[in-house]
Amino acid sequence: MKIGVFVCHCGSNIAGTVDTAQVAEAARALPGVAFATDTMYACSEPGQEGIIDAVKENELDGVVVASCTPRMHEATFRRTVERAGLNRYMFEMANIREHVSWIGKDMESNTNKAADLVAMAVAKLRENRLLFPKKFDINKRVMIIGGGVAGIQAALDCAEGGLEVVLVEKTTTIGGKMAKLDKTFPTVDCSSCILGPKMVDVAQHPNITLYAAAEVDDVSGYVGNFKVAIRRKQTYVDWNLCTGCGLCMEKCPSKKTPDPFNEFVGTTTAINIPFPQAIPKKASINAETCIMLRKGKCGKCAEVCPTEAIRFDQKEEIAHEEVGAIVAATGYDLFDHSIYTEYGGGRIRDVITSMQYERMLSASGPTGGHVKRPSNGEEPKSVVFIQCVGSRDKSVNRPYCSGFCCMYTAKQTILTKDHIPDSQSYVFYMDIRSPGKNYDEFTRRAMEEYGARYIRGRVAQVYEKGDKLIVRGADTLTGTSIEVEADLVVLAVGAESTRGASALAEKLRISYDTYGFYMESHPKLKPVETNTAGVFLAGCCQGPKDIPSSVGQGSAAASKVLTLFSKDQLESDPQISQVDIKRCIGCGKCISTCPFGAIKEIDFRGQPKAEVIETVCQGCGICTSTCPQGAIQLQHFTDNQILAEVMSLCPPLLEKSFE
Amino acid sequence: MPPLAGKELRIVGFLCNWCSYGGADTAGVGRFAQPTDLRIIRVPCSGRIDPLFILRTFMNGADGVLVSGCHPRDCHYSEGNFYARRRLEILQRLMPYIGIEPERFAYTWVSASEGQRWQKVVQTFTNEVHAIGPIKPFGATPEQVEARLSKLLDSAGGKATEKQEVERVAS
Ligand code: SF4
Ligand code: SF4
Repeated sequence: MKIGVFVCHCGSNIAGTVDTAQVAEAARALPGVAFATDTMYACSEPGQEGIIDAVKENELDGVVVASCTPRMHEATFRRTVERAGLNRYMFEMANIREHVSWIGKDMESNTNKAADLVAMAVAKLRENRLLFPKKFDINKRVMIIGGGVAGIQAALDCAEGGLEVVLVEKTTTIGGKMAKLDKTFPTVDCSSCILGPKMVDVAQHPNITLYAAAEVDDVSGYVGNFKVAIRRKQTYVDWNLCTGCGLCMEKCPSKKTPDPFNEFVGTTTAINIPFPQAIPKKASINAETCIMLRKGKCGKCAEVCPTEAIRFDQKEEIAHEEVGAIVAATGYDLFDHSIYTEYGGGRIRDVITSMQYERMLSASGPTGGHVKRPSNGEEPKSVVFIQCVGSRDKSVNRPYCSGFCCMYTAKQTILTKDHIPDSQSYVFYMDIRSPGKNYDEFTRRAMEEYGARYIRGRVAQVYEKGDKLIVRGADTLTGTSIEVEADLVVLAVGAESTRGASALAEKLRISYDTYGFYMESHPKLKPVETNTAGVFLAGCCQGPKDIPSSVGQGSAAASKVLTLFSKDQLESDPQISQVDIKRCIGCGKCISTCPFGAIKEIDFRGQPKAEVIETVCQGCGICTSTCPQGAIQLQHFTDNQILAEVMSLCPPLLEKSFE
Repeated sequence: MPPLAGKELRIVGFLCNWCSYGGADTAGVGRFAQPTDLRIIRVPCSGRIDPLFILRTFMNGADGVLVSGCHPRDCHYSEGNFYARRRLEILQRLMPYIGIEPERFAYTWVSASEGQRWQKVVQTFTNEVHAIGPIKPFGATPEQVEARLSKLLDSAGGKATEKQEVERVAS
């Protein structure tokens, strides 16, 4: 085999602390190396042309580039060697930048280490084999998980782009958190007026299949060909018949049902349509409060339903869908403030969350848009807002900023003034974070035009005194302590990853950070991709975001899906396992360890043998290190290849002693 | 290239591509200075690491071996690092019986974002290996073999059967 070695200077990035000429010199002495040189920028156009010319001139069979990390440019150089007429797997990279020149300054040790890494790469390359990707068809359907504004945007964009979309929403209606909001910042336009039409578009789009009250149960397969099992929860109403007339709600005698859509401000009926603009506008029964389901008698709803849609015996069902790509848009949940005992720990009735306040402000909310103190139903005149409840606080394991609370609090102070002109708002804040377009102007308006009083400092305690609340805190700008008498305290609760986020991530095989937010493939350059091909992210599942960013990411994810589907076929990665049928003893150990079920047992002349299902194997190599026979080998990372690297670093001692 | 005499020891790392190799890259991008002893072999998943690779590395004279993968439950292949953990834990416990100081072998989890943690891991492990010093060669050294051979040859005194015996020993 004739190998060419190219040692990159990367300007002074590498050449500054590695003697690249000496590394090339050392490489020339390695067995198999027919050509070695140093080069200024291997990845630049002249650099790549230089490699191609050298391959052709010296009739090389393989190339080693010693430069940056393969995680950056392996794909680039594989294309280069392919252009030179070689198989793209006849290429290895030695990482002499991230792993050498950037982490040490000593020229001698760096040069020595770089030469070692090159020798390793050459040793491995000598064991490389030609590998050929296979083409496979893609199923141009996409599943979007989560029907909040990010998911809705992704669904509509994909559907408009001509794709068939499966939208899965866990609650009975799409709309997500945005549907609960009264107004949005910084325009103070009505949330449901801008979201509503989009929700209707989802319902009416011929390309969108909506599964509401459904959750993803299982995901298998790979990019282009995922198989998804969707669990459709029972709603006890036949949605094919339900017209959303709401007669059942009027007649239902169980009126004390907790109302999650209204953030448990007020109650609702056991059979319920969450809000007038719900999509789909279908009723569902809460089994915990339905008298019929609990005690076996009642059935009032069934009596009045004009289409006889009530099904008390409905069971949950599993639906199966096949898609080529998945967008996770599962959103966020709100921080549970009861952990903060100093704010009342959820005990004091007039201490509420910002989302509860939002529902009170909404004309279609439980109070008909009238702000009332939960304790006595009176209009509050003094409202205190406390910021960063569950944000930027290490003591509750939420060190991150939720990003949008400063803004929605400013909005709520404005709305408070609109609703109750003779009211006064106070805001306890840490810093005001308002970096969006027109955002800072907006917070200023809250202060200057609407007279909200901003107090920089943390609240130490909220307690009841008579029928008032006393909020005691520090004003860190004046260095004094301050007490404010309040009728209502609104906690700006932060965002956290949605419950069940990690379980879903494990099904999708994507990673998540310490707080359960999904990890993007690259924080700057691949913000909506994940490390699992064909799985994309949109909205707050990746981290707290406001509406414009969520919508932007929804569209970005959709464009990634459309790009992926712009080809009819994808290439499979040939770095997968292969069974040597002569060596395999059919013990089945690999079958039971493969996390993807990618190995099946076959009958070979009456004997059991293992066989890898090419399209399912992900190339982890767990089977290879399990097989007692060494019969199943992960291509490009075979035992021989890895041992060649080991031997290059640590030559066998006995051989050495007889040299 | 042998390690630089007096400066370095031979330390070999096996790192999974998705997390720890990325973490080592992140450390590089952040210019987190590290000792130069370590040479990294990239594998797709820590579950790909056969404990026999590690033993082979030690038998061939490595002074230390470091394995690093994704944090438990964070594996790109969902469960590879669980397999790795079981295998490596057993290997770890067998080290004294094999005759290798257990400190020469370590396994850990570093994610792609933890550049600083990687720096610390390399720093600590390299220091630990340096504290024990170079590994004692396995089996007989060339000098020992020679000494034994000449002793046997002397005592054999040219007898054919014993000569065969000597050859057997030598091979
Ligand atoms: S490499 Fe082996 S264990 Fe991993 S997915 Fe492929 S067949 Fe399964
Ligand atoms: S573990 Fe090896 S020998 Fe056993 S069935 Fe799998 S390939 Fe065959």
